[in-house]
Amino acid sequence: MAAKRIETPLTEEKARALRSGDSVLLSGTIYTARDAAHKRIVEAMEKGEPLPFDPENAVIYYVGPTPARPGQAIGSAGPTTSYRMDAYSPALIARGQRGMIGKGKRGPAVVEAMKQHGAVYFGAIGGAGALLSKCVRSAEVIAYDDLGAEAVRRLTVENLPLTVVIDCEGNNLYETGRKAYLASQK
Amino acid sequence: MREIQASAITEVVKRLCIEANCHLPKDMQERITEARAAENWPGACEILDRIIENYTIADERNVPICQDTGVACVFLEIGQEVHVSGSIEDAVNEGVRQGYAEGYLRKSVVRDPLNRVNTGDNTPAMIYYDLVPGDALRITVAPKGFGSENMSQLKMLKPSDGVEGAKEFIVRVVEEAGPNPCPPIVVGVGIGGTFDKCALLAKKALMRSTGERNPAPYYAALEAELLARINALGVGPQGFGGKTTALAVNIETAPTHIAGLPVAVNINCHVTRHKSEVL
Repeated sequence: MAAKRIETPLTEEKARALRSGDSVLLSGTIYTARDAAHKRIVEAMEKGEPLPFDPENAVIYYVGPTPARPGQAIGSAGPTTSYRMDAYSPALIARGQRGMIGKGKRGPAVVEAMKQHGAVYFGAIGGAGALLSKCVRSAEVIAYDDLGAEAVRRLTVENLPLTVVIDCEGNNLYETGRKAYLASQK
Repeated sequence: MREIQASAITEVVKRLCIEANCHLPKDMQERITEARAAENWPGACEILDRIIENYTIADERNVPICQDTGVACVFLEIGQEVHVSGSIEDAVNEGVRQGYAEGYLRKSVVRDPLNRVNTGDNTPAMIYYDLVPGDALRITVAPKGFGSENMSQLKMLKPSDGVEGAKEFIVRVVEEAGPNPCPPIVVGVGIGGTFDKCALLAKKALMRSTGERNPAPYYAALEAELLARINALGVGPQGFGGKTTALAVNIETAPTHIAGLPVAVNINCHVTRHKSEVL
């Protein structure tokens, strides 16, 4: 199946057109945040303080890259395991976050929020940090510099290869993919 | 007594940190290539192709295979006839510090598990010492990523649970982990010892080449049976379905107490890295 080319910002209309199992090539501006940055962003939201970026129609990539060598936009940059962000994602989705990029399972509260507000969970290939870094054209730390690898970065990506794992209706490739494979072996 | 300067340890650890993170061991490359040839699920084939492309890029360009360049697990097998001048611990940590800086590797260690402030240089390393006969010093550096470490488990089974109980637990740990530890995985299993010893056995099992089976035929057969059962789960590469969930199951065992049957499962990802050098 040919990959769907998607540009950010990821509007609700674009998000709702995506289906679990779709291959996607994502281009445009996305933001990085993982454990420590999520904690700070959600605390800032609760206190009504300014946020590093506007969550509305934003896509957040769960990644802590290796340092860039001279001449590189970014070091190796594959996804980290997403469930550690489950405590924070529903609040961000309620504020308009439209896309999450990571790997691994999500909890029921995240999926509920995705269905309610129309958000998509994309999987990037875990462990393919060298390959994925080639899709990053620029990277700039925009907040929480003290967190090092965990700082919030604004990335410009071109044709970042992703798979829609969970769509806005809650369909989940981790469940359906395994079932379909096992059925094919009978 | 053979004298080894601590600074020589620093040099080796530094080099091993960089090399282990950028060059996937040949045995892992062979397992992944074999798995690709045997896989027939289209999505799984595509992911394995990208995984191969990824480690090839890392190898050619000398860049980290994965952005999680891990906590540095350092195993020292120190010959009893060796004397090291200077602090071994400081020498290892200095090697990690220099390797992670010069290799542009990620610094992923926090000083305190609850008050989480990054140490900024990926130290301290997790260091294990074994005294062995002879006058050589063997150093192994294994950068360990935590996506897979977090999916690891240990259980104190009862002797009456037996081999069936152990098998069930090991397969269940892999199934529960599902897509989280970046399958296809390598499964390190420790059986026996005490609570702490068992966990270390599982970690050491991950240092063994995936092409080598346990020397005891009973355990070699158990490794093969567990690999087949795990790959029948259908989790597949990245958890999207397929036959390649694990590339190898490595079991290490130790004597244990009459009342116990500890089993530890230490999961590693498709970027299972370790490199050794002898001084």
